[in-house]
Amino acid sequence: MATQKKSNIHILDGNQAAAIAAKLSRVQVIAAYPITPQTPLTEQLSQYVEAGELQAEYVAVESEHSAMAVCTSASLVGARAFTATSSHGLAYMHEMLHWAAGARLPIVLACVNRAIGAPWNVLNDQQDSIAQRDTGWIQIYCRNNQEIMDSVIQAFRIAEIVHVPVMVCYDGYILSHTEMPVDIPDQAAVDRYLPAYQPHTVLDPSNPKNYNLVTLANPRVGVDGKLCHGYMELRYLLQEALQNSRETILQAGREFNEVFGRDYSDMFWEDREDAEITIVAMGSLAMEAIVAADMLREEGIRVGVLGLRVFRPFPKSDVVRALRKSKLIVVFDKNISYGSEGATCSEIKSALYGTYINASIRNFIVGLGGRDIKARELVDATKKAIASLKETVINPDYPEWICQI
Amino acid sequence: MGTRECNHICDESSPGIGEAGITGEWRIEVPSIDEKKCIPARSNKPTCFLCWLYCPEAVITKGIPPSINLEYCKGCGICSQVCPVQAITMLPEEKM
Ligand code: SF4
Ligand code: SF4
Repeated sequence: MATQKKSNIHILDGNQAAAIAAKLSRVQVIAAYPITPQTPLTEQLSQYVEAGELQAEYVAVESEHSAMAVCTSASLVGARAFTATSSHGLAYMHEMLHWAAGARLPIVLACVNRAIGAPWNVLNDQQDSIAQRDTGWIQIYCRNNQEIMDSVIQAFRIAEIVHVPVMVCYDGYILSHTEMPVDIPDQAAVDRYLPAYQPHTVLDPSNPKNYNLVTLANPRVGVDGKLCHGYMELRYLLQEALQNSRETILQAGREFNEVFGRDYSDMFWEDREDAEITIVAMGSLAMEAIVAADMLREEGIRVGVLGLRVFRPFPKSDVVRALRKSKLIVVFDKNISYGSEGATCSEIKSALYGTYINASIRNFIVGLGGRDIKARELVDATKKAIASLKETVINPDYPEWICQI
Repeated sequence: MGTRECNHICDESSPGIGEAGITGEWRIEVPSIDEKKCIPARSNKPTCFLCWLYCPEAVITKGIPPSINLEYCKGCGICSQVCPVQAITMLPEEKM
């Protein structure tokens, strides 16, 4: 594919980047319910439709549950569907997230990460999307607004090949309401990169079909005499699709680089692979971690950063490769699985189990409900993790919290 | 043989009798039509057919008298309830 040579840089916040990306992806149906901090994104999309700049149906629904129901129906009949939400909205959508994934529909959802009540809070953490981890959606996390733009476009490409919906997650306010330079791809290049959606379910009145009716546990013989999947076979296929989606995600990233000159050919972002100490973080926190790593290196401590980009499917083998030289892994999580630890920490531990890597792993919970995270705090936490290798300064079984309790 | 050959990636079926499997196996009571009471049978006219209309499995034909496909009749008894002349009796399923 021919590369888009000219850059077209604008100063955009994260919501604007997502809205422009949805428009460039020529979405045909948008169904969304406004919720802080996602609201400006839906406002922008409804303006595009109202002004005739985007040939799409904008369905003003009464809830997020309905938003995903509309997207599911639209996708089933062959439309490219997009929605966006945050926090309680995503929680309310929970049931329909399962329906979209189970029906294998390539819907793209922008999740503007926000804390969940109680107590009420509109600021950022990643508890909302992490709580939807097991719905069968691919999850991609963005570090900056350029990645939001690029990831939404790639998300449609990936979803429509593997038939799995994709959640593009980005931090509320930190990205959604913060402006930074973003290169806007040109429409012709996006059209080349993202061909028209080919649905796997074709609704045709002359050949009526049922989709996702009561499906018993065991396979059954259909009216055409063929043995059809039972519930469990269909669940297997969803797991298989996510397991195998890595290749498609990487391919979509490589081809994106060929057309737009920005490389997404890995499942994570890596900064200094020689490091013996690796900080792991996801979303915009990975950028903060790079600042902290720089400060530590100035003090002579060799620290690298692994920024997780794709959380589902979790890139086990890639993470093992990235962490091969690590002696200590410090995982910062903006979410908590209560009674256990941060979700990304669990994933890292699970990926390393049974490999030759015998690194110590320490977990810190940070930034919940928009609590400011200073690079200095990440530096201090990393030093505490280093000290814990020699003396018991923290309980290695449970995460440390960076707060004032 | 596995189910992969059906080539579906989500649950997909064609509408038709038996799309939910052999629902006859669910039955504990079986409907039986008494031709001496059934209106179409008595009048020899294609009339009434309320049982045909209400059967949720669509397994009753509009015959004179109506006939029931017991392969897929799930034994719910709705036909027996809607029959205006009590021509349909639910009998215990013999294989039980
Ligand atoms: S209404 Fe119920 S009992 Fe009667 S024929 Fe239909 S399935 Fe059988
Ligand atoms: S509802 Fe009763 S009377 Fe009417 S057709 Fe059926 S069995 Fe006969």
